[in-house]
Amino acid sequence: MAERVLMKGNEAIAEAAIRAGCRHYFGYPITPQTEIAAYMAKKMPKIGGVFLQAESEIASINMVYGASAAGMRVMTSSSSPGISLKAEGLSYLAGSDIPAFVVNVQRGGPGLGGIQPSQADYFQATKGGGHGDYRMIVLAPASVQEMASLTIKGFDLADKYNMTAMILADGTIGQMMEPITFEDEEIRQYDKPWALTGHEGKRPHNVVNSLYLKPEELERKNFERYERYKLVEENEAMWEEYMMEDAEYCVVAFGIASRVAKNAVVAAREKGIKVGLIRPITLWPFPKKVLEQAAEKVRGFVCVELSMGQMIEDVRLATNCKRHVGLVCRSGGMVPSPDEVLAGIENAVKGVY
Amino acid sequence: MKTTQILIAGFGGQGILFAGKFLAYKGLKEDLQVSWLPSYGPEMRGGTANCNIILSDTPVGSPIITTPDVLVVMNLPSLQKYVDTVAPGGQIYVDSTLIQEKVTRTDVEVFYVPATQLAREAGAGSLANMVLVGNLLQNHPELSFNGVDNVVNSMVPPKKAAMVELNMKVLTIGREYGR
Repeated sequence: MAERVLMKGNEAIAEAAIRAGCRHYFGYPITPQTEIAAYMAKKMPKIGGVFLQAESEIASINMVYGASAAGMRVMTSSSSPGISLKAEGLSYLAGSDIPAFVVNVQRGGPGLGGIQPSQADYFQATKGGGHGDYRMIVLAPASVQEMASLTIKGFDLADKYNMTAMILADGTIGQMMEPITFEDEEIRQYDKPWALTGHEGKRPHNVVNSLYLKPEELERKNFERYERYKLVEENEAMWEEYMMEDAEYCVVAFGIASRVAKNAVVAAREKGIKVGLIRPITLWPFPKKVLEQAAEKVRGFVCVELSMGQMIEDVRLATNCKRHVGLVCRSGGMVPSPDEVLAGIENAVKGVY
Repeated sequence: MKTTQILIAGFGGQGILFAGKFLAYKGLKEDLQVSWLPSYGPEMRGGTANCNIILSDTPVGSPIITTPDVLVVMNLPSLQKYVDTVAPGGQIYVDSTLIQEKVTRTDVEVFYVPATQLAREAGAGSLANMVLVGNLLQNHPELSFNGVDNVVNSMVPPKKAAMVELNMKVLTIGREYGR
């Protein structure tokens, strides 16, 4: 087995991206994700890649657009306010149906907010952010190891479905160090016949564009795109179940919140409360089926989020409001303690939501 | 199942994060599960730094420590801020050169180590952090002193090779102190 090394979550993303064949990084520094850019600045020139610190977030996402249109594996990374600036580019990438890999190491908001960990960009990542009918694949790592494995997965899914894959992490997972192993994974290559690589007079020229002035044509494009999204929803949802076999209550949490929630689940079990955890790993597609099934057997749900309660809406939708869904939340860069989550579980048991 | 939650706190520049990294690497070498979480916020830019290290023989849940088993402090504000959070039966390591105040709690073990003075006497004024780490290792057999040199070697960049010997020297001084 490969050696265990200690790495920061941000560095793990950068190393995994290089291993996934990414040779183009465009970004603009912002706490708490700057280690990604620093790692790329050090490594890319040595392996024939491109590291470029653009003049702004808007410039960097459009450089991603350009490199992706040329068929390259390419990425950018930022944190919450920076992702808002990139939102226009994310919509253009979606409208052009080309792959991209984007990292958001979230910090407290709204506005310039703060620099401590947050999950308050859930709506932005899963419901839009940019304008128009589109989706992104949203991956939510809960460990440094997953920062790496979901990066490799994200590049693959982006190429497989010609869409943007986003890592939605937070300041804690980005800044913390944990042991990690890199296995030599096979990286799948995808044909990109649409790529702008120079036609050399041998084929009609390609155009990558998101402008469709005829509404019939634009509607058809959107219908086609949503057929593809349907495949993603059917095939790519990922989640983890923890102590759910005999659970009467179910905590739902992703990323760093799921780590805190696990401690609370263990503490609640010690008190004799039969509680488990469902951790969505993909936030879009949301793992609806497992939650729908859980609603058949548990008495209630508790959502734990570093926001005022955003994923809770998807939990209610997935379970058709069949059970009560409680909320334990902190905001603005604060993280709930295991005791706060335990109190939320105990409230659910008492029927207090 | 054994889990040790260690909180190290002090001023920026005292090597708080380095001391934490050392413990995390040592845990890694002992095949433990580890997490290391630094402060990266305004408090760090304003001068104080802290880091959370968890060493466990089972997977680490939350990397955020609310009730440390071990507190290592290198300035008075950090002692005052965290003294009441330490778990009953826990340990507190105080750099007694920099902190004159005594801990009044009676349900914790307190080790007063004049780390800054000991480091200065050893000609390594900036390594008081590692004196405290050495003292901590004395009481934590799960992080045996064996192999400490390998960890120091892997953490010190080649250009600063002279620091390897100094780190080893102060770790040993810390380990011997109070024995």
